Amino acid sequence: MRGPTIIKAEDDKTRQLNKHTLMAFSGEAGDTGELLMIRNSTLPMLTNGFPLVQFAEYVQANVSLYTMRNDTELSPAAVSSFVRGELARSLRSRSPYTVNLLLGGVDPVTQEPSLYWIDYLASLAPVPYAAHGYAQYYCLSLLDKHHNPNISLEEGMKLLERCTDELKRRLPIDYKGVLVKVITKDGVKVMDFDNDRVVRSA
Amino acid sequence: MSGYDRALSVFSPDGHVFQVEYAMEAVKRGTCAVGVKGDDIVVLGCEKRSALKLQDTRITPSKIAMVDDHVCLAFAGLNADARILIDKARLEAQSHRLTVEDPVTIEYITKYIASVQQRYTQSGGVRPFGISTLVVGFDKNDGTPRLYQTEPSGIYSAWKANAIGRSSKTVREFLERNHQDGMDREQTIQLTIKSLLEVVQTGAKNIEVAIMAPGKRVEMLPDDQIESYVKSIETEKQEEAAKKKTSRTATTTAAILTRPGGE
Repeated sequence: MRGPTIIKAEDDKTRQLNKHTLMAFSGEAGDTGELLMIRNSTLPMLTNGFPLVQFAEYVQANVSLYTMRNDTELSPAAVSSFVRGELARSLRSRSPYTVNLLLGGVDPVTQEPSLYWIDYLASLAPVPYAAHGYAQYYCLSLLDKHHNPNISLEEGMKLLERCTDELKRRLPIDYKGVLVKVITKDGVKVMDFDNDRVVRSA
Repeated sequence: MSGYDRALSVFSPDGHVFQVEYAMEAVKRGTCAVGVKGDDIVVLGCEKRSALKLQDTRITPSKIAMVDDHVCLAFAGLNADARILIDKARLEAQSHRLTVEDPVTIEYITKYIASVQQRYTQSGGVRPFGISTLVVGFDKNDGTPRLYQTEPSGIYSAWKANAIGRSSKTVREFLERNHQDGMDREQTIQLTIKSLLEVVQTGAKNIEVAIMAPGKRVEMLPDDQIESYVKSIETEKQEEAAKKKTSRTATTTAAILTRPGGE
């Protein structure tokens, strides 16, 4: 790769909010992130990354403070409402956070998995799959066609691969691969994912 | 009344700040709390107020509270005051994580709690916290157990084992006699419960125990386990008492036997 700037490839733009809730965040246009807590980076840490990390850390600190105070784990639904509230407050301030979020988690009581789509205008929607940034223009159609409500982890990983293949073929930016994390009732773990696989044209 | 106990920040001529001393008196009336350090473990024990018949004990707050995942706190004194102080400590613990990306050290949070208590002895319009606290836990990446105490005056100190609250003097003296370095998990729990039994009459159902080990979350000892500890300690005590009794009668009979004949 040649260019005036090189982006950091292994920058993790997710943050674990509690044992079974994970938040992925991405900055402005050009920056992509998608279903199953996928992210990829096109922005250098210090320009846009920093305030976003700050926001994520702020949310994380407040979630754990609530947990300490009330001796209760917050459900993903509760966390998403809190995040939406904070973004709505930020939006009306002098310097709003321009951050788009995907928030996934498993409810500690019902064990139901859930995914929330949140954007910088503080819209919140529970969704079966989601994507932010340019990636969504390439991926949402694939997700729409192949996703089903009872999708297994293996099928999910396959579908994810379809998405990244499509991005490799068509996205004009070298997005340098994705980081895949899976959230289960037992916590969050990083999945092996082959980012170097060469994709032939379909 | 001498008038020196009215305004908080006023010394009496002989150098006392009465309100602070009254706060320490409130601590002495609170239920007892014990902290004991072992080799790689630290245990907190608390005397529980016996619950009334209709009280829901499951949701009545405990005297042992978590300040952060790795910091546990027990208090003696006014419960309502403790709520406020614990909340301040929790806020500081999370705020510390946010600003320096590290969990608080046990010493840091103790110092913070103590300094809040000190501030409330010197500001206008407030009264001191009527509580002493025992703060225990492990620092990040460190296996050394920590045990600190804070007082209403704002004093803080580090201990191997200590007690606060009602009859704390008796318990402390017991601990002084029985504490030894390098105790394992079982010994530490046993010593904690044993020392509490010195002052808790009603036994197992009025005791709660929290155990902390490095890198782990707090473990509240379940009631049935506390009960079995209490039982084994009681039988041990009875055996000891019985042994004393028999040995005493043995020596007296021996004395009679060896007494030379009267003639």
